[in-house]
Amino acid sequence: MTHLRSYLFTVLTCVAGLLATMATAQDFDALVASLPDGNFDDRAAVVGQIAASGDDRAVGLLEALSDGELQVLKSDGRLVIVTDVKGVDIAADALTGAEAGVVPRRGASAIRVNNSLRRTIGAAIGILTLSSPDPARRLTAAEAAFRAPDPDQLDLLQTAILDETDPRVSAALKSAIAATTLAGDSTVADKLAAIAILKTQANQAALGILTPLVAAPDAQIAAAAADAVDQIERTQKLWSGAQNVLFGISLGSVLLLAAIGLAITFGVMGVINMAHGELVMIGAYTTFAVQEVIRNSFPFLFDWSLLIAAPLAFLMAGAVGVAIERGCVRFLYGRPLETLLATWGVSLILQQTVRSIFGPNNREVGNPSWMSGAFDIGHLTITYNRLWIFVFALAVFAILLFVMKKTPIGLQMRAVTQNRAMAASMGIRTGWVDAMTFGLGAGIAGLAGVALSQIDNVSPNLGQSYIVDSFMVVVFGGAGNIWGTLAGAFSIGIANKFLEPYSGAVLAKIIVLVCIILFIQKRPRGLFAVKGRAVDG
Amino acid sequence: MGLIDRRMGIFLAGLFILTVAIPVGNLLIDGKPVPSYLVSLFGKYLCYALLAVALDLVWGYCGILSLGHGAFFALGGYAMGMHLMRQIGDRGVYANPDLPDFMVFLNYSELPWFWHGFDMFWFACLMVMLVPGLLAFVFGWFAFRSRVTGVYLSIITQAMTYALMLAFFRNEMGFGGNNGLTDFKDVLGFNLQSDSTRAGLFILSAIALAAGLLIAKAITNSKLGKILIAIRDSESRTRFLGYRVEEYKLFVFVVSAMMAGVAGALYTPQVGIINPGEFSPANSIEIVIWVALGGRGTLVGAAIGAFLVALTKTLLTGWLPEAWLFALGALFIFVTLFMPTGVLGVIESTLRRKPAPKPTQEASV
Amino acid sequence: MSVQLSLDGVCRSFDGFKAINNLSLTIEKGELRAVIGPNGAGKTTMMDIITGKTRPDEGEVLWNQTVDLTKTDEAGSARLGIGRKFQKPTVFETQSVKTNIALSLKEPRTIWATLFHRSSAAEDARIAELLDLVKLSAVADWMAGDLSHGQKQWLEIGMLLAQDPELLLVDEPAAGMTDAETMRTADLLRSIAGKHTVVVVEHDMDFVRALNCRVTVLHQGHVLAEGSLDHVSANEQVIEVYLGR
Repeated sequence: MTHLRSYLFTVLTCVAGLLATMATAQDFDALVASLPDGNFDDRAAVVGQIAASGDDRAVGLLEALSDGELQVLKSDGRLVIVTDVKGVDIAADALTGAEAGVVPRRGASAIRVNNSLRRTIGAAIGILTLSSPDPARRLTAAEAAFRAPDPDQLDLLQTAILDETDPRVSAALKSAIAATTLAGDSTVADKLAAIAILKTQANQAALGILTPLVAAPDAQIAAAAADAVDQIERTQKLWSGAQNVLFGISLGSVLLLAAIGLAITFGVMGVINMAHGELVMIGAYTTFAVQEVIRNSFPFLFDWSLLIAAPLAFLMAGAVGVAIERGCVRFLYGRPLETLLATWGVSLILQQTVRSIFGPNNREVGNPSWMSGAFDIGHLTITYNRLWIFVFALAVFAILLFVMKKTPIGLQMRAVTQNRAMAASMGIRTGWVDAMTFGLGAGIAGLAGVALSQIDNVSPNLGQSYIVDSFMVVVFGGAGNIWGTLAGAFSIGIANKFLEPYSGAVLAKIIVLVCIILFIQKRPRGLFAVKGRAVDG
Repeated sequence: MGLIDRRMGIFLAGLFILTVAIPVGNLLIDGKPVPSYLVSLFGKYLCYALLAVALDLVWGYCGILSLGHGAFFALGGYAMGMHLMRQIGDRGVYANPDLPDFMVFLNYSELPWFWHGFDMFWFACLMVMLVPGLLAFVFGWFAFRSRVTGVYLSIITQAMTYALMLAFFRNEMGFGGNNGLTDFKDVLGFNLQSDSTRAGLFILSAIALAAGLLIAKAITNSKLGKILIAIRDSESRTRFLGYRVEEYKLFVFVVSAMMAGVAGALYTPQVGIINPGEFSPANSIEIVIWVALGGRGTLVGAAIGAFLVALTKTLLTGWLPEAWLFALGALFIFVTLFMPTGVLGVIESTLRRKPAPKPTQEASV
Repeated sequence: MSVQLSLDGVCRSFDGFKAINNLSLTIEKGELRAVIGPNGAGKTTMMDIITGKTRPDEGEVLWNQTVDLTKTDEAGSARLGIGRKFQKPTVFETQSVKTNIALSLKEPRTIWATLFHRSSAAEDARIAELLDLVKLSAVADWMAGDLSHGQKQWLEIGMLLAQDPELLLVDEPAAGMTDAETMRTADLLRSIAGKHTVVVVEHDMDFVRALNCRVTVLHQGHVLAEGSLDHVSANEQVIEVYLGR
């Protein structure tokens, strides 16, 4: 570091002197001609002057110098840029660009550069692009100057910002100037102003520049830097917190999708359906099958594949659900443990059936174009598939809520669950309602499968990986309360993502599981328990 | 009301015959009518049977449907596996006298603290019971005190074993990650590959099963056993009689977990490997079907159920691998819908009314 | 006579519904008391609070004027000497009638005591005596689940007596009994009162009349009237909300 400083200092003094006299074209030629002379430090000074000249040829020249392509012809001492064309070295005049023919073996010697010189060259090139007509290149240059602040470039940057019209580049330049000010030996007032500017830049690079300044000899600067570091760290924490919430919401929407069908079968009907995960899997395989047909016969429909698959998956999983209810579950009402075992049996059969039809390996389900890509908000990156799954989960939730609360079938479902005998005597066909309720839960599981096929491997084991999680969500939220499932899914999702940075993904999951287990001890009926006079005998 | 009623007597007699016949057939008769692999295979079944008895004790008698008993089994297995790993000494691939191979591979510089002591056989045997017992105690203390019952309890026991599975899959846990513990060489100086050691382990498993059955029988025959059944049938009535239900549940849960731990400890050397897969929720739920098939609340039935299902699994997976899950799934449905009393229940009720009104076809199972 | 049980200003609500509202009640030792009231008057919740099944939101429940019953659970209250019979007869259906009684006997209830319990002649004699009292000797070895509804009621009363509690809380004992059995139950309860304290919740007015005791009328979670049956029957409010005109 000290080495870098001392050499920057020499460079600075040379450049400052020369800038005062404004380089001309003749000066440029002379400067270039003087490159081969002297030691590395002299050469660094010349590089600085070349950069400061603002000549159009400077970038190409410096790049060639850095790459060792700037060479001196032994025959006439002319400076040329040597390029390798199909194994033959071709020389071109360094200043005019005129063809200078083939360079014979050992016919030219390169101007030697070492690493520190290469750094100087790099910085100089960065600065030179500041005057590029392309705003994107100027932005890159400004950002480069910010990341590697070089006091020599301060004046250049200050000149550049005066002419800058693009607001983004202008902002980047401002930060770069601040960083550069801090790197050099400007007045305390300037440095304090610079710190204030960097403070608004809540990123790692600003932090990297400011942190060493906390130990600066000047107390004022040290205090300002400490304050700025503090604030930046706070802001960063805020952003990373926001990022975690975002990831958590994303995971939560997946959990919600997986659990929401269970909220009906387990929460509302009180039936433990261990085959729930397999119904999700059926939804995912339905999506796969639909995409296969589309790929083979109607490729133009591919972007619509999920919209086509959704109703089919609902019907498919719903039909399987009705079959499970009629064929098995209905004989076991009031015997939850037996239901658990029987539906586990169903789940094994469904798994093996799918394995026999589609094979044991993962199946590829494609993302339609509107599900791919990402966009930024502030420091956050949001992918479209996560966004759509979130929207989808909420939509499914809203529809479910509507069906349960506002439609006749929903009313009948609630009536049957609350008092079967009374509902039956009111003329409700309880058997039919049971089948429909179970079918609805199963169908929603199928819909979840469509969404999950977009982010997870579609394999016969798909369902297994969600079953424990979805039960946790429903139990945590409080069985019998659909809103509880929503709250449960998002709190578990967010808790998971907040733990992950500290503990890693697997441990986070374990911790969350343990917490839920402990929570259930405390409130056996979940977050939003349906309260009432205890009725157990 | 003795410990050995007719049911138990017949089973123990059968077990005794098996325990004599298999080692004799393997070791003493020329031409080995019983191949060596069968000795270990049947030894494995005996461990399963003990595990099933352990589950029947809590589920059949106390109504606690644990979907996490595989965890206790696996913990017992790991405790024994750790001893066997230490016994390998410097005969491992890396020839490190202190560290098992996987630790050398994962760049451990020293033995983690929880591995200390497992070089002593008695310590490992203690841990085989203590670790599952302690987990059951802590888990049960929380769960029973706050009156988590029924399916809620089942679901959180399942979550417990799932969490443990995830934990044991991690290399950082120090239990060999997803490879688990394997490549055992010997136990107490006996080579694990030799026929006589295998036979010894087999006999030991049979003794453990018999002991487990008798202990379970003694518990269920006692007044405490009747209280367990009372809790199963009407928990709240039992409370109003002045019994602290949570204490009884905790007691039987811990005893059962220890029994499962012993089963796991005998399982590991006979199978030659213990890995986190043993913690998978699917394994634990399979134990339930052994008990349900054999006959819940009969102890002997649970052992028979374990044996039947495990045997079918061995035969089917070798012969028609695709069919196994279909068969197991169908078994779950069939037993819960049509055979709530299990095989033993069906047999005994058929025997009771001698002129059977209609022939019961349990042979199809 | 000293006070066996006192409730003072007890309140308990479920989701805003006040099941018990400022209930105050005192039961003397050895007293026989009938509690009547329409459905939802809070009779069962009151029993839940006394036995520690439900915690009151506020108020004081004292046992023998010293022990705070709001701090005990069901088993704790049973160990103090409070026995309870449910509205719906609950017995251990898969165990024999004899075992049902045996499990209820006043004996140590710890794990070790029950694990190493040996039955004794004295115990058998006590069981036989109780079975005789509730007229179930003939079916002593039956499964309790095979009994008729009335027999289950008797079995539960037998279990209650086996506990030998200081206080018996009896919820609708006459439900499902014939008239003759109802009268016999009333006789039995009258005969054990004095030695034990008995609180009976009942709807059957003939049964209450047969008990011939002090009556408390509950309405909307608090005491509406208290006194002899004739006294409360004459109360305008009681007639309004419960007895009807």
